[in-house]
Amino acid sequence: MNVKYMYSLLAVIVLFLVSYVLAGTGTAFKVLFGIILPYAALLTFIIGFISRIMNWGRSAVPFRITTTCGQQKSLPWIKPNAIDNPFSKGAVVVRMFLEIVLFRSLFRNTRLKMKVGPKIYYQLEIFLWAGALAFHYAFLTVLLRHLRFFTEPVPLPVRLLETVDSFFRLEVLYDVSQFGLPGVYISGLVLLAAVIYLFLRRILIPNVKYISLAADFFPLFLIFGIAFTGILMRYVAKIDVIAAKELTMGLVTFHPTIPEGLASIFYVHVFFVSILLAYFPFSKLMHLGGIFFSPTRNMPADTRATRHINPWNYPVHVHTYEEYEDEFREKMIDAGLPVVKQPVEAPPEETEEKE
Amino acid sequence: MSDKKLIIAGVVIFVAVVAFPFWFNMGKAAPAPELELTERAKELNHGKCVMPTDYMQSEHMQLLDLWRHSVVRNAKRTFVNTSGQEFNMSLTNTCLDCHANKAEFCDRCHDYASVRPYCWDCHIDNPKETE
Amino acid sequence: MSDLLKPEELYKTDNRPPRTDWMDTPTEIRKGIACYAGNPKSLEYVGFPNARQWSCFDEDWQLPENWQEIIHEGFKERLEKFRSFKVFMDICVRCGACADKCHFFIGTGDPKNMPVLRAELLRSIYRNDFTKAGKILGRLGGARPMTLDVLREWWYYMFQCSECRRCSVFCPYGIDTAEITMMGRELLNLLGLNIDWVATPVANCYRTGNHLGIQPHAFKDMLEFFQEDIEEITGVLVEPQYNKVGADILFITPSGDVFADPGTYTCMGYMMLFHYLKEKYGFDVTWSTYASEGGNFGFFTSHEMMKRLNAKMYAEAKRLKVKWILGGECGHMWRVINQYMDTMNGPADFLEEPVSPITGTKFENAKSTKMVHIAEFTADLIKHGKLELDKSRNANLNVTFHDSCNPARGMGLLDEPRYVIQNVVDKFYEMPANTIREQTFCCGSGSGLNAGEDMELRMAGGLPRANAVKAVHESKGVNTLATICAIDRAALPDLMSYWVPEVEVYGVHEMVANALIMPGEKERDTDLRGEPLAGMEDADE
Repeated sequence: MNVKYMYSLLAVIVLFLVSYVLAGTGTAFKVLFGIILPYAALLTFIIGFISRIMNWGRSAVPFRITTTCGQQKSLPWIKPNAIDNPFSKGAVVVRMFLEIVLFRSLFRNTRLKMKVGPKIYYQLEIFLWAGALAFHYAFLTVLLRHLRFFTEPVPLPVRLLETVDSFFRLEVLYDVSQFGLPGVYISGLVLLAAVIYLFLRRILIPNVKYISLAADFFPLFLIFGIAFTGILMRYVAKIDVIAAKELTMGLVTFHPTIPEGLASIFYVHVFFVSILLAYFPFSKLMHLGGIFFSPTRNMPADTRATRHINPWNYPVHVHTYEEYEDEFREKMIDAGLPVVKQPVEAPPEETEEKE
Repeated sequence: MSDKKLIIAGVVIFVAVVAFPFWFNMGKAAPAPELELTERAKELNHGKCVMPTDYMQSEHMQLLDLWRHSVVRNAKRTFVNTSGQEFNMSLTNTCLDCHANKAEFCDRCHDYASVRPYCWDCHIDNPKETE
Repeated sequence: MSDLLKPEELYKTDNRPPRTDWMDTPTEIRKGIACYAGNPKSLEYVGFPNARQWSCFDEDWQLPENWQEIIHEGFKERLEKFRSFKVFMDICVRCGACADKCHFFIGTGDPKNMPVLRAELLRSIYRNDFTKAGKILGRLGGARPMTLDVLREWWYYMFQCSECRRCSVFCPYGIDTAEITMMGRELLNLLGLNIDWVATPVANCYRTGNHLGIQPHAFKDMLEFFQEDIEEITGVLVEPQYNKVGADILFITPSGDVFADPGTYTCMGYMMLFHYLKEKYGFDVTWSTYASEGGNFGFFTSHEMMKRLNAKMYAEAKRLKVKWILGGECGHMWRVINQYMDTMNGPADFLEEPVSPITGTKFENAKSTKMVHIAEFTADLIKHGKLELDKSRNANLNVTFHDSCNPARGMGLLDEPRYVIQNVVDKFYEMPANTIREQTFCCGSGSGLNAGEDMELRMAGGLPRANAVKAVHESKGVNTLATICAIDRAALPDLMSYWVPEVEVYGVHEMVANALIMPGEKERDTDLRGEPLAGMEDADE
């Protein structure tokens, strides 16, 4: 058994049990899980996120080390790759936009196949790209959808998003089991599936398993837990959604309340989200902010045309031409190479190449 | 450094986005909606619905779906609840008979929770079904 | 190397990692993979700390007492100085997209050669020393304390990366292992841990201007030797100028081309091209013995050393009062020129914005750094019809082009050399798409790993490149691998003879010179290598 994911799984299970049991014991813990921890987590998230970003910002960008992934702009008749080898700030914006919105670099992904021969093949491998896109967009949609719990009246864009998200009317309707009302949001299911995919590739692909840390599994389990409790609350163990919104609206209008009749599962859900928020700034999840800071992507590749300034550029020892000539003057003269200073003892020789 | 401004702008955008629910609801109180029961609803069936209130609160949509299925597919119109009472499976004639105040009963919660049930696609503002 | 494995023994199709976690898998420094330690004299010459005689196979590496403190402080300093370093330490999600993109991982199957794991070697220490989560969670958070074993691991794996940046193309965050390796090597250099194939060239470049330590007179001797060869082959006497004050243009090329076959033929190519241009258009270019190295081994050592060596280019250009600088075919030299030189040693306000004196083309993409790549320069000449070329003299060559890592991913010089090649040879075929242009594979010997003692590593690292050459060798009959990099020219012949015998390595300007019809030349019956031209096989018999 891989201890790394066992620890993470265990941690999430313990968190689940603790919050589930405690939220059932009385108001005090409901206040903790429903009010205190969410506020604390959000504060931690905002302050932590900003301080991480500012911390990156404090470090210098001494060189323009753009990774060029296409033809440079050089001679006028050679067509440059404006996006992958951006020469202007505008092109960088396009490159960054495609990177952030479409995960363009990941789209290049290939998978290695080594056959006897030796023969090596590189196959197109878009599953990671597709899985990552599915995961991130599902998560974003779920997040935005949740604005219905945090706004009153619910803004039109959020309602439109809900409509789109519930476009597919998935319903299972038997006398014994019913599923699909309230209307199924596809994003939640995609999120759950994508999390499972990302987890499975971490344990099934040997190399990915080898590089994975406990810190890579923990957020996956946590997000799984969030999606799972969310789906549970909506379709199975239905909670009082009005009470839920009463609580969340209380939070965002700074009139926190603990409404009656909210099931423990709701507090587990909120607790998981709080943990994710608080954990975010201290983890790899900061790639959300970090991608904007990646020096190989966010700078134009025009260093030969526009000088980049290194804020800490300092003078260094160099071996000057004078030192060089002093060491090799005799030999240079013998070889007929021009020299600047003539040796004192030797008569000046013909160094016709000197002006 | 030249990118300080960009970073600050990024931070401002970040805070604005994250704090959206706070500033969007600034100064608004958004208490949970109070439901109004019509007099008829209070009187009929001893003030009880076809199923217990808890169940109705969380499962009414499922119940309605089952009713629809039963009526449309199987032509069975009689619902027997857990206490053995019989009801006509009809949104318009049974549900809306008591809860005639759609705006104060159905819509308040649905609007608050941003739910748009497709009941009303057909059952427009409770005109009585013709038998 | 006699004890080098045979290709079929070296090639492993199963690259599955070991059962033990990487942090629990001790690093065994192996002969054939590791390079010899830096010569203390070389370290001393450039003022590097802890110069001493040592070997990576020793039990005792003779480190300073406070080596952990030195590493910690050095790490801290670099986190502040390089945002790249800090961001790359923080944001990797270990998605594994980079894993099978590294030629060293493909070739060796060693999981610590996956770019992500190479970076984790440093990241684990970063977490332990500089992050709260790492301090609290320890091993669970992917942190571990700095120990001698970790240091050995760093040394072993920082010198199994050729800083080729291929991983950075595929990384969704653009994490560049070259940057990680550069930082790792800087830190190791603080403790006097370098390899001799980097340290001694650094000292040589610093002192004599070129990596083999050839002194000025010998440098000139070499070019004179080429003059004789050229005269013998073409009947034309070319006369290069040296250290000429007031020349129009300063030419700097990697010194490898001056001293080692087959780079020497490329060097002869430059000399012939310059002579042609001088005769026809009065082109005035000078070589320098002081700045006689285009390559920058400082780049494989530390940013400071890179700057110290690179400074010579502008210093010499200023002293010689030239208008601008022309640079020869070289890989990492061009990464340095394109992305570092102006920032480090500029502004080059004593030079003029480069304009081709022959075609009048303004090289606007080089208007600040004022240094032009010879492929750009020659492509422009050909486009304007300024060169008389006879492709048939390269008729024996069935060519494919190897994009060198640094011009590809640190510059984007992709189509210029292809244009030149296609104008001097008839038969040109591309290797498979996943192995060229920005996805090109390293020769396996870049960034100072081109030593003799690590031949197993080099042959393993070059496998993906060789495999792609083999594909076109078998399908198209390719017999010529053209490159624009001096390290390629030094490394690829070994690689080809190991994996794909019958493929020869050429510089682009060697092929240009073969095709170039020199004013006043005799009828040529051999190419620059003395091999008979197509249809001339019987001429000497």
